[in-house]
Amino acid sequence: MTNAIVAEGLVKHYGETKALDGVDLAVRTGSVLGVLGPNGAGKTTLVRILATLLRPDAGRAVVGGFDVVRQAHSVRGQIGLTGQYASVDESLTGVENLLMIGRLLGLSRKDAKARARELLANFSLSDAADRAAKTYSGGMRRRLDLAASLVGRPRLLYLDEPTTGLDPRARLEMWDIVRNLVADGVTVLLTTQYLEEADQLADEIVVVDHGKVIASGTPAELKSRTGAQTLAVRPVDPAELEIVAKVVADVVRTTPEIADSVVTAQVTDPAALPAVVRRLDDAEVAVAELTLRTSTLDEVFLSLTGHRTEQEGVPA
Amino acid sequence: MTTLSVPSAVASRVSPLTSLKNTATLAWRSLVSIKHNPFEIIDLSIQPLMFLLLFTYTLGGAIAGSTDKYLAFALPGILVQNTIFATMNIALLLNNDLTKGVFDRLRSLPISRWSPLAGRILADTVKQAWSVALLLGFGMILGFRVQTSFWGVLGTFGLMLVFCLCIAWVAVLVGVVASAEDKVQIFMFSFMFPLTFTSNIFAPTSSMPGWLQSWVKINPVTILADAVRAMLNGGDVATPVLQSLGWAAAILVIFAPLAVWRFKRRV
Repeated sequence: MTNAIVAEGLVKHYGETKALDGVDLAVRTGSVLGVLGPNGAGKTTLVRILATLLRPDAGRAVVGGFDVVRQAHSVRGQIGLTGQYASVDESLTGVENLLMIGRLLGLSRKDAKARARELLANFSLSDAADRAAKTYSGGMRRRLDLAASLVGRPRLLYLDEPTTGLDPRARLEMWDIVRNLVADGVTVLLTTQYLEEADQLADEIVVVDHGKVIASGTPAELKSRTGAQTLAVRPVDPAELEIVAKVVADVVRTTPEIADSVVTAQVTDPAALPAVVRRLDDAEVAVAELTLRTSTLDEVFLSLTGHRTEQEGVPA
Repeated sequence: MTTLSVPSAVASRVSPLTSLKNTATLAWRSLVSIKHNPFEIIDLSIQPLMFLLLFTYTLGGAIAGSTDKYLAFALPGILVQNTIFATMNIALLLNNDLTKGVFDRLRSLPISRWSPLAGRILADTVKQAWSVALLLGFGMILGFRVQTSFWGVLGTFGLMLVFCLCIAWVAVLVGVVASAEDKVQIFMFSFMFPLTFTSNIFAPTSSMPGWLQSWVKINPVTILADAVRAMLNGGDVATPVLQSLGWAAAILVIFAPLAVWRFKRRV
């Protein structure tokens, strides 16, 4: 078992702000690592360091056997970068964008053209190949971005929030593309704000907050620690919130949260839902809403750190 | 013994030949994008012609007595003004590359570190040569005649392009420092309009107030326009050409290191 990416003690400051505060991680060759965290957690800074775009203030990282600072050029030869900040030229067509990158990577004009057409076909962009990228929809733009990072057939791919801002259908398409790449043996480091995305794609997940890794493990391990799903119960009469909270606490054996006339709790056992229904029925509590849904990142954070995610600049 | 599997296609650094190829590819990219960007065609072609027509036929009679005489005086000046205005393109496109993430994509590729910047400047030089040729050609249709020789025309191209390459660094600095496109425009306009109008490109220096004359005489725009006039219309060539090259060198020495320093800090 070898690691395609190893990072040890990465630190990066922006003035007073510590974007990264000692991050360690390892990505096994051929696997997908999901880096999960809210806005401002340091995910993009981490990707930029691993992609040689930024030098760490301390710590080191080895990508594909090369040091990201001392052997940056060799690292660049193995990686593909797609993300919020690595983009295509909007004033060029799809084919021109890919042709440019092929030429920069040393392909002949003929080979670069063939590779461009092949990638555009793979990503359902053939019809738009000769249109300027600025006319593309959000989903098409992301697919072209991804295609651009694959021209050189990298063994390692960084996807920095590949589906942020995409509609659900485009998100599902993006997931399929990523799964196909993984099936071809590409190692993927994926950053995301969505627990579901990490759960769907990643073999292992690291959760980052304030520039630190606060939890790591397989999706199943994290779920068993944090509660994969959230149970929410809203009684018809808000006066019965206390009774509902007690019932939920008895079943899931944790202290539930009460906010906005809804009782919520993290659950790992699927039998919790029918149990709660039975007990509420016994207690003759009328319920306006009763749902079991995937935990949001906020809820995972709450159970991992005891604090909610903070929006940038706005105290929670 | 363990062997590291190093992909053989990846050399540890970029050879000079590859750097040149990278630069050419990136210059191609800047040029090919013109066809998807109608505003740039207007900037490069229609705007210079518009200036030429407007100034020749509205001011020509008043300033020089006839449009033909004025054309001989103003065309070299409009060439210079157009060159300086056109550097805004570099600032805008470079700023766009930085803010939209195109530079990050390029920098994550195993290519020469300087080719993205060099490609932009090379493409700009080609665009500038096109504008000079267009203005000269159109000027001739309107009645402008080269009084010197083929060498005068060649010298004009040479001097204009050398000047472009130097003043491009001012635009690079603005493009790198500005946080967004509109800031580039504000900054470039507040620098380009006063610079080009406080010169003798549209009206002779002697018609201006004394306090302004002392600046107009040393303004690089005046000096470059005088050099181009001398090369196309005849007269003393050496003095204004040497002074122009002196200005170009001074601009380069001041702005290139500043621009490179800010560029390294930003990327």
